Amino acid sequence: MNTRAQAYLWFAQRASAALLGFFVLVHLVTVIYAVRNGLSAVEILGRTRGNTPWMLFYLLFVVAVAVHVPIGLRNILAETFSWRGRGLDLIVLGVGLFFLLSGLRAVWAVYAPGAA
Amino acid sequence: MDQTPPPAAGTIEVSVWRSTGPGGVAAGDGRFETFAVPRAPSQTVLDVVTHIQRYLDPTLTYRFACRVGVCGSCAMVVNGEPRWTCRTHVDKVSADGRLEIAPLRNLPVIRDLATDMREFFDKWARARGQFTGSRTRHEAFAVVAPESAERVQVDLGIECIGCGVCYSACDVVEWKRDYLGPAAMNRAWTLLNDVRDDRQRERLAAVAGDAGCHACHTHMSCTERCPKHLPLTAAIAGLKRATTRALLRGEL
Repeated sequence: MNTRAQAYLWFAQRASAALLGFFVLVHLVTVIYAVRNGLSAVEILGRTRGNTPWMLFYLLFVVAVAVHVPIGLRNILAETFSWRGRGLDLIVLGVGLFFLLSGLRAVWAVYAPGAA
Repeated sequence: MDQTPPPAAGTIEVSVWRSTGPGGVAAGDGRFETFAVPRAPSQTVLDVVTHIQRYLDPTLTYRFACRVGVCGSCAMVVNGEPRWTCRTHVDKVSADGRLEIAPLRNLPVIRDLATDMREFFDKWARARGQFTGSRTRHEAFAVVAPESAERVQVDLGIECIGCGVCYSACDVVEWKRDYLGPAAMNRAWTLLNDVRDDRQRERLAAVAGDAGCHACHTHMSCTERCPKHLPLTAAIAGLKRATTRALLRGEL
């Protein structure tokens, strides 16, 4: 990976961290609200299904996670195990894709009308 | 008014790292050897090492030159922290009357307390730490206003003496052997702010990426330990900003 790509990774991780700071705050407030008000799963799904702003918020949340986590993991693996090169990049790319697909599936599951 | 402290009485127990193999061994090949050194008023750690070499064991190997904090030769790890030994008073680092003196971390040990500084200075070169101007002797001197923003940044970092203390204190250097380290990037930052230098794109490319400024975790050990109190972490942060701007403009 060339220097420019490495610099892009650094920038992407910082930018995604800035987004995640906001996303995590909203997410935690939402979770605390839902728990404290005793919302049931059905009531929660009633609010999320077909709710496009909610879906877009979590869509961006998932994308930010999928960008942020593998870059950080790449740094940790490189620093801890002196692991470099294409093998490392492919592994963390796989981790990022896993987070992306898992997250998108979860968002779709609670957004799509009639989904499980 | 400050009063001159009374002469320190007694001796101090000093553990000194000694290489057990031939020259060029790693820091791990050795052991600590203990010496009893007489205390003296205003005694520095370098005074202690010099006493050992002159009076107790002439085979002790260490490096120094100016003895007054200018040359950057005498840095060692003293009681676990990298320091310049010529300006470190024993009183300030040895509250319990003991000293442990070891070679700088993150550098190969030549012998005892002397480290091989080549990789440290090679990285200055890798970070494009050389001034490259375009004016000739036939042109007028460049005018750099002392109060200009660039010159102020240069002033903050220009007093580096190349002692290697920051390099020894840096966790990232330990984790990533190709990481440029704080001193090399501070040098690059001062040159980046030198309006006379005309190789800035090359310099930004040299300090960017996994082995450069983007690997810094902002632990600030370099800034904390720098004997000249230079804002090294801020210099690296400046490089991050500059490289990001260049990246977004397609100039990196």
